[in-house]
Amino acid sequence: MKKLIALFLLVAGAPAFADLDITVTSGATAPTPIAVVPFAQPADVSVDLAQIIGADLDRSGIFKTLPRTDMLEKPTDVAQVNFRNWQTLGQQDLVIGTVTRVGGGIAASFRLLDVYHSDDPAHVLLLGKDGISASDPARYRLLAHQIADLIYERLTGVRGYFSTQFAYVTAVGSKDSRRYQVIVADADGEGPHAIATSRDPLMSPTWSPDGKRIAYVGYDRSGNSAIYVQTPATGDLKKFVGERGINGSPSFSPDGRQLAVTLSFEHNPDIYVIDMATSARRRLTTDSSIDTEASWSPDGRTIAFISDRGGSPQIYTVSASGGEQKRLTFQGKRNEKPVYSPDGKSMALVNLDSSSYRIALLDLASGTLKTLSDGPLDESPSFAPNGVAVIYTKQGRQGSELAMVSLDGRIKQSLRQPGDVREPAWSPYLQ
Amino acid sequence: MINNKILACVAIAAVALLSACSGKGAKDGANTKPVSTDSGINTYGAGNGSLGNGSDAALSAQLAAQHSVFFDYDSSEMKPEGQAVVSIWAKYLTTHPTSKARLEGNTDERGTREYNIALGERRANTVAQALQAQGVSAQQVSVVSYGEERPVALGHDEDSYAQNRRVDLVQQ
Repeated sequence: MKKLIALFLLVAGAPAFADLDITVTSGATAPTPIAVVPFAQPADVSVDLAQIIGADLDRSGIFKTLPRTDMLEKPTDVAQVNFRNWQTLGQQDLVIGTVTRVGGGIAASFRLLDVYHSDDPAHVLLLGKDGISASDPARYRLLAHQIADLIYERLTGVRGYFSTQFAYVTAVGSKDSRRYQVIVADADGEGPHAIATSRDPLMSPTWSPDGKRIAYVGYDRSGNSAIYVQTPATGDLKKFVGERGINGSPSFSPDGRQLAVTLSFEHNPDIYVIDMATSARRRLTTDSSIDTEASWSPDGRTIAFISDRGGSPQIYTVSASGGEQKRLTFQGKRNEKPVYSPDGKSMALVNLDSSSYRIALLDLASGTLKTLSDGPLDESPSFAPNGVAVIYTKQGRQGSELAMVSLDGRIKQSLRQPGDVREPAWSPYLQ
Repeated sequence: MINNKILACVAIAAVALLSACSGKGAKDGANTKPVSTDSGINTYGAGNGSLGNGSDAALSAQLAAQHSVFFDYDSSEMKPEGQAVVSIWAKYLTTHPTSKARLEGNTDERGTREYNIALGERRANTVAQALQAQGVSAQQVSVVSYGEERPVALGHDEDSYAQNRRVDLVQQ
């Protein structure tokens, strides 16, 4: 245990992690054309806000930004805009902005304009914000993501997810030189940094609902596992539970006060709910089969999990206070790793049909199962906090990599970096 | 005597999976000492007390060569080949009551990671029960599971999968 923590600390300040390389492999059939004009910025502000905003919108797959070289003008104020220029270029919307210095940081103003309502002052301005600030250079990129979030929300009606983060696990090297890391990166793949590293497996990272803590599974050199809860902002690391046998599948309750886990010390893997403050435990399942992979419903009332009590692993539900357990999935050979959508109406899971493991979406009202990914070895689905997409792991040519798919299955992205990248966990909205 | 030493070395390396024979252990001529104190090999062959006799060395070599029990896809049932491996280890552990073995359960990459952790544990428990059925004390055996996290073969084919669906028996 001490050793494991020493390893974590060793890496606290370690630099140089490869960025996740994110590419849209399939987009919307008719993405909305939008032009994001370079903002008027002080010369010493090197972060290109408009570039980051445009890349965010492009990455969503539902927007297509205009290349800067195609722009006929580069206005920074509404009075400078010649709308005919943008209409000629086939653009639907236009983003302009200015950045000013405020103290040690910057403040941004931007306007989102509807190119086709140029004659109608009541409708041309879709959104305008002044004085959105970032206190220091480390937060400039975040400021751009926050602007992209606002633009996305105004045009789609759904809250943006560009200012969120991913946690994921990497495994690099072989045998004795193999290193496992839990990494946190921004949703555009930038700024990856290890929050934990170990010579032994790290698994199952998951965010607390307030985005401040990450729970994950670690091993010591003798093969003993434990669930750790880490607060990345402070570096605080707690060994939360380390029983004999399995300590796995951590999942926070929606109010962040409890952690559902899998423990096997009372003979075989069962689901337990542990109070974060008091460590009081409640055992939810007692079946003699494998019960694991708990996931809380967003209303906190239900816990979904998998069990092979019927012969193959399938998804079951149980009230968070215990009681009757109900089988939920019957389609295909196996169904595993359930995760509720943020609105609680559906569930992403791993479905084994004939020989392919794919991410599928189960509509909880109708029981309809819709396949989202192509297989053959997809796993670990995690919802975007706005519920529009799922990030998951797939097998790439160079090892496992991350992929993203929109819930209509149309927009697909891959997220790669050297080595095995897996078990993505999309953060909640961050403050 | 030289023969005995060599045989003892084989026994040390094989049984304890240590490199006590190479490097400084062999040079200072004290190669029998760490074995007799650390790994309990002085109780080896329980009746005759001799270190590194022919049958002991043979058993040691068997332990070194056969330390994995393999399973079918999504199964934790022991196969006949596995039973043979268990018998060798049961013989060793029952004749060396102070020695211990760690059983490490592993799976192929199919199925989800946490399910595979559970499946790996179930496989290791199967081996533990088989050892106990042959008289090994429960205190001599510990069980851990790595699921699909530590594959020995990295391919995505049945060949690799078959190698990864295993329980490794590791001398403690």
